[in-house]
Amino acid sequence: MIVTNIETVPGRDITQHLGLVQGNTVRAKHVGRDIMAGLKNIVGGELKGYTELLTDARQEATRRMVEEAESKGANAIINVRFSTSSITSGASELYVYGTAVVIA
Amino acid sequence: MGGLLTFLFLLSLGIIFGRANEKSHLKRLSAEEDQMSHIKVLSIKTLPPNLAQGGALVQGNVVIAVDYFKVIMSTIRMIFGGRLNSYETLLDRARREAIIRMQKDAESLGADAIYNARVEFSAVGQQPQKIGGAELFAYGTAVRFET
Repeated sequence: MIVTNIETVPGRDITQHLGLVQGNTVRAKHVGRDIMAGLKNIVGGELKGYTELLTDARQEATRRMVEEAESKGANAIINVRFSTSSITSGASELYVYGTAVVIA
Repeated sequence: MGGLLTFLFLLSLGIIFGRANEKSHLKRLSAEEDQMSHIKVLSIKTLPPNLAQGGALVQGNVVIAVDYFKVIMSTIRMIFGGRLNSYETLLDRARREAIIRMQKDAESLGADAIYNARVEFSAVGQQPQKIGGAELFAYGTAVRFET
């Protein structure tokens, strides 16, 4: 599965468009990480726990999108976009979507 | 009285560690930017004709916390309006860090350039009115040039 966020796959021809595929996940942060974040709010710096949390969440969302594309018989997803939204103050939704295509 | 002492303590912690962090981070950023300069980052979608087959999505992200000194400084500044310099530098550092991580991701795939690079912001944190933490996320399509 080739995933790109441009409208083509370099060097390959698109033979069929299969429509929108998407994946999402909603993640909450946990208390331990929140305490660390509270400390970091005094001195500044990177919140590594959150960086990992969001990376994992994005991988999960991407995996779901790829699974949907596979079930449609696609071998590439083009023009992929990511978006993040905070649904409540403790959780965020990671959403990824793109167009499933068949390339030759 | 106790409250004032705590406030001053937190403020001085913020000044000392926040400043030190910022200085060392800026130094590391410019070193890593030089190191990664062989991977071009472009925000355009139009591809040149000399690309090798295939492409892959690459990404990099960072969540940063704002320090206590910056919060206080910006609270004061918000009374008068104007530039929030402390947040400007914070976001600039985080954005550069996210782009460097994306470039590292591309380097591990042996890519030469990243097309259609986008940088996205989202607030992470307990209080929505303050930026407790902010996530900067960079992504794009890594490609290889034909030799």
